[in-house]
Amino acid sequence: MQHDIENEITTRVTAAYPGAEVRLNDMTGTRDHWEAVIIAEGFAGQRLIARQQGVYRALGELMAGPIHAFTMQTLTPAEADAKGLRGGEGLVQLK
Amino acid sequence: MSDSIQARIQQMVTDHRVLLFMKGTPDAPQCGFSAVVANLIKDSGVPFASYNVLVDPAIREGVKVFGNWPTIPQLYVDGELVGGRDVVVDYFERGELLAVLKGEHKG
Repeated sequence: MQHDIENEITTRVTAAYPGAEVRLNDMTGTRDHWEAVIIAEGFAGQRLIARQQGVYRALGELMAGPIHAFTMQTLTPAEADAKGLRGGEGLVQLK
Repeated sequence: MSDSIQARIQQMVTDHRVLLFMKGTPDAPQCGFSAVVANLIKDSGVPFASYNVLVDPAIREGVKVFGNWPTIPQLYVDGELVGGRDVVVDYFERGELLAVLKGEHKG
């Protein structure tokens, strides 16, 4: 089974941030330049730098070779909603 | 990772209030991400120093350990890692980059 980096990224991030939503975009088609939107409760109260360090820590040695560039948005569900990044369950019905 | 490299990096971030570790120089960046960050800082008008990691592989790897951050560029203000391209761009888009560069922003 071809080792799929996309699954590996999602698995590692959701292990570090249970319940996280991980959206990945292969920016160059070469499987090593990734653009991610990561929505997780675990980011709440964390400064931007701390969120990204947490994600990089979760990716571990993937960042030392397989992944050349990893650009990311790290949002809490509320921030994602505020940016209109989530439909469905994130939608608030205004009376 | 030898201590002398970590000590050299510590000295650099202490000596220069705003320091950008990048590939290339602000006027001749060698990588897209480095160029974006260098230009944002230049446009802010805040004086800054930059270090071209391409001239010294030991620093290039050492700063990743130092900042617990696996990529270049890395922006340091007042000796603290602010972040890479994403963090700097995000601060810029929220109009907070100038405050961050001046060291007035702890958000």
